Amino acid sequence: MKNGTAQQLVISGVGGQGVLFLTRLLAEAAMDKGLAVFTSETHGMAQRGGTVISHLKVGDFTSPMIRPGCADGLLVLKEENLDLHAGYGRAGAWAVVNSRHPVPSRQGDCPLEVATVDAFGLAREVASPRSSNLVVLGRAITICRDMFCGPDDIVRVLERRLAGDEQRLHKAVTAFRAGMKAQQ
Amino acid sequence: MLGNEAIARGLVEAGCAVATAYPGTPSSEILPAVARFRADEKLGGHVQWAVNEKVAFEIAYAASISGLRAAVSMKQVGLNVASDPLMSAAYMGAKGGFLVISADDPGPHSSQTEQDSRLMAMMAKIPVLDPASPLQAKQMVAAGFRLSEEFSIPVLLRPTTRVCHSRQDIELSVPAPCELNPDYRKDPLRWAATPKFRFKLHGELEDKLARIAGWEATRPVQLNRARGGSLAVVASGVAAAHAAEIFKALGLWENLPLYQVLQPYPLHTDFCRKILESCESVLVLEETTGVIEMQLASRGQVRGKLSGDVPSVGEILPEDIEQIVAGFAGVKVAARRIQQAPGRRPTLCAGCPHRAAFFAIKKAAPKGVYPSDIGCYTLGLNLGAVDTVLCMGAAVSQAAGFHHALKNRAKQPPIVATIGDSTFFHSGIAPLVDSVVQKVPFVLVILDNSTTAMTGNQPTAASGWGVNGESLARVDLAAVVKGCGVGFCRQADPYAIKEFAALLKEALAYCRDHGPAVVISKRPCLLDLRRRGGNWEPKQVVVTEACDGCGFCVTQFECPALVLAEGDKQVVLDTMVCTGCGVCVEVCPKKALEVVG
Repeated sequence: MKNGTAQQLVISGVGGQGVLFLTRLLAEAAMDKGLAVFTSETHGMAQRGGTVISHLKVGDFTSPMIRPGCADGLLVLKEENLDLHAGYGRAGAWAVVNSRHPVPSRQGDCPLEVATVDAFGLAREVASPRSSNLVVLGRAITICRDMFCGPDDIVRVLERRLAGDEQRLHKAVTAFRAGMKAQQ
Repeated sequence: MLGNEAIARGLVEAGCAVATAYPGTPSSEILPAVARFRADEKLGGHVQWAVNEKVAFEIAYAASISGLRAAVSMKQVGLNVASDPLMSAAYMGAKGGFLVISADDPGPHSSQTEQDSRLMAMMAKIPVLDPASPLQAKQMVAAGFRLSEEFSIPVLLRPTTRVCHSRQDIELSVPAPCELNPDYRKDPLRWAATPKFRFKLHGELEDKLARIAGWEATRPVQLNRARGGSLAVVASGVAAAHAAEIFKALGLWENLPLYQVLQPYPLHTDFCRKILESCESVLVLEETTGVIEMQLASRGQVRGKLSGDVPSVGEILPEDIEQIVAGFAGVKVAARRIQQAPGRRPTLCAGCPHRAAFFAIKKAAPKGVYPSDIGCYTLGLNLGAVDTVLCMGAAVSQAAGFHHALKNRAKQPPIVATIGDSTFFHSGIAPLVDSVVQKVPFVLVILDNSTTAMTGNQPTAASGWGVNGESLARVDLAAVVKGCGVGFCRQADPYAIKEFAALLKEALAYCRDHGPAVVISKRPCLLDLRRRGGNWEPKQVVVTEACDGCGFCVTQFECPALVLAEGDKQVVLDTMVCTGCGVCVEVCPKKALEVVG
């Protein structure tokens, strides 16, 4: 993990895409590893298709929110949100963007290394459209070398969260693995 | 654990016997978590959703009078509804520990106002605790009960959105044994005090407050060990959490004292005195009003909202605090701000029955006046079918008000008000009775989706089940309407737009001579239906060659599944979003949307 202490991630999308689910998944993965974790989430009216953002901070923090210029990585479930939330990234941060076509890395004020994945397309192909959030996570966990948790940790949390719903669990894990294998 | 779950866990661990609430963002997750934890721990007691915050408050308060620990939770505007019992309960005091949890929403993210519940505590003259994190919120529940019992006073716990909807790793403790044996004793001089005795109770209340302003357990704490110079920073709530992190990032942790106020009202008397004596300048960081700042009554020495150093509108984001603290301490820091772009506006879900109802309303009363109310259906704004949104229940009284204001126009506009089922039970009944008495000609459409949808699909009075899924009695919505004296009350499925619009016209004709007519738009929330495993057979809709890209469906029906991108010649159906309700087929004026298969 970065400096052995802390990681800050932004998860961005629109209501209904599963931003909260991803946030919870990552928070539980952190707790499983005995790491302190903070999140800040969007609930309420924005969940009806509005812009939604979660902050996830793993390590020794007191505030649940990420300051602009401090995030190590961004998971962007809706491409249009990259412009809105790129400013959270620190210099050299990564972003995984759900997009059908390549998105150039960003220079200037908030430089970001951008990777893309056609999460809707892949999710529809291997699981169901609703699993696109996990495709993005799969891609992120592959490109981010110093993520606080690994693929097995994520699968373990999924197995626990979706215990008793074999079909949904299978789809979730399949979508996650498809994201890990994706190359773009 | 979510902040709201941490509060719930705190309630259960502290032996809270009765918990009540009305849902409202950001407070809604507290009560279900209380019910869940109690069931897990096989504890007794009573947990319930009430029809509104006033009712919830009074139920819980009676438990406190009976010697049991009790709590009521709501959002900040809910406390307005419960303010009547709150003001009196402050005088009479509590017996069993009594916590009023009012979640504020600086921003506002999902509220009508940014009001500060701590001001309400000041007005009622009760102490208020202001947590900085989920963990602290849980600890403050226990402290709040102790404070309440030691001074026989209701205590307000005021978390904000960033506490309620933060998640933090929290260790659980074993719940204390929950005292369920009441100690109810008649004491009418106190519990039914007449004005003469209220005067005496007021005197006692002032005395309690003076002592609470010296209570050890809620005294402000210094978060760092910096030795005092001429400057100090005082923060409360999540602003204190942001400040601690920012102090470290700016290298101020070792040399600028940072205090956290746990109890913003009444502010500890000796803390006020000492800090004003020892510091030349004090910066106060708090949300949303300058409650602490007001009590540090030395305007020349204190910087905050009143002095203009801290914005008095919106939440104070960590990046704001970074700039303010750096300026106060005289250190340099680069300005880094996220431009607050509007982003994507929220919209009614694809397949939402409200959308169909709104479309039919515009069809039946195209030049109408449309008062509406608080809930998902506020988003009828996007369709141009909502003119006003004031507060819970106001759609009904405002409809009456608009009639009286506009009745002398040469051509009276039709008035069609919309209100959700849960909001109707909450605050719509009294104004409906009033409009019957006054024979106000308007149509009230009750959007009955059988749930409190916006806040996360809590049950309504008509659901027949409670917070933990337990079976309860079911109140018949139509019977209530008729019981209010309404002569025209009919129910229909809004998905059948033509028939629904025809019924609305019938209702409009009736109301002109007879007073209010009610149409119940009956169709379950699709999100709720799916979550509860209800029966749903989607239709497959396609866009045919007949589509000329006129955009009528996009602007007038505003379904997120129908997309007309700039430059596109035809509407595209987003099959990921489409729920297959098939209502748009009736909407398209070119008959270019068809159901296949």
